[in-house]
Amino acid sequence: MAADRQNSGKSAAPGDRGSQKVAPAKPDWADGLRALYDSVVHEPLPDSFMDLLDKLDDPPASDPR
Amino acid sequence: MAEPSQNSDQRDGFKRELTAVIPHLRAFARGLCGRPDMADDLVQETLLKAWAAQDRFEPGTSMRAWTFVILRNAYLTDMRRNRFRGEYDESLAERILTAPAGQEQPIHLADLQRALQSLPAERREALLLVGAGGFSYEEAATICGCAVGTIKSRVGRARAALSAMLEDGTLPQRSPRDTAAHRAILEELDQVAARHEEAAGS
Repeated sequence: MAADRQNSGKSAAPGDRGSQKVAPAKPDWADGLRALYDSVVHEPLPDSFMDLLDKLDDPPASDPR
Repeated sequence: MAEPSQNSDQRDGFKRELTAVIPHLRAFARGLCGRPDMADDLVQETLLKAWAAQDRFEPGTSMRAWTFVILRNAYLTDMRRNRFRGEYDESLAERILTAPAGQEQPIHLADLQRALQSLPAERREALLLVGAGGFSYEEAATICGCAVGTIKSRVGRARAALSAMLEDGTLPQRSPRDTAAHRAILEELDQVAARHEEAAGS
């Protein structure tokens, strides 16, 4: 009988893992927003951007030589 | 005498600083318009405009803030012109989803991105600037050309809306057609267009 007391309600483990509300103002997804942004920041930069800047930086055929 | 070299020094400095903010421009643009290809087009456009306007950049001020203003204006213009929707690249979103490691309860970044796209543009940009880009309310207000209180209120509303969608599971549908996001954006554009017509017609 006692052995039947299995954890049928597995999902309802209360206060199981770090649920101390340290920063209540910050919703769960707040870090995700940052992660979303940072994941793009850390992507390797396609060459097209530097190509564009190099082209812009190149004086238009007025290079006296 | 030293003028020409000073100029080219300045130019080099500008180019260096501009190069350094490209990843941030990409991140901001991706957050704004959702689609990576469109976002990168937007960044290219921003770089062109920034380069053309480089005399107006004050050295020592924030290049990131300065270019974000340009990107934001380009985005709003394109949005009105093309009615370009909050379309959404599913495959990429899935890829992003797997990127962040070490989270016990994985935040579904794809869902977050989708929820973000369903926000009105002005709230989305406010939240991106403050919540993702790490700008202060004051800086975000300067970038958006509005009052600090306005930014605070937009961020607050955006946060509330995202919390509602992500925590209560009222996320708009995944279907690219007829999503709440799409509708919201089109409605918003109609309002903008109507205001412009009113202004132009009077």
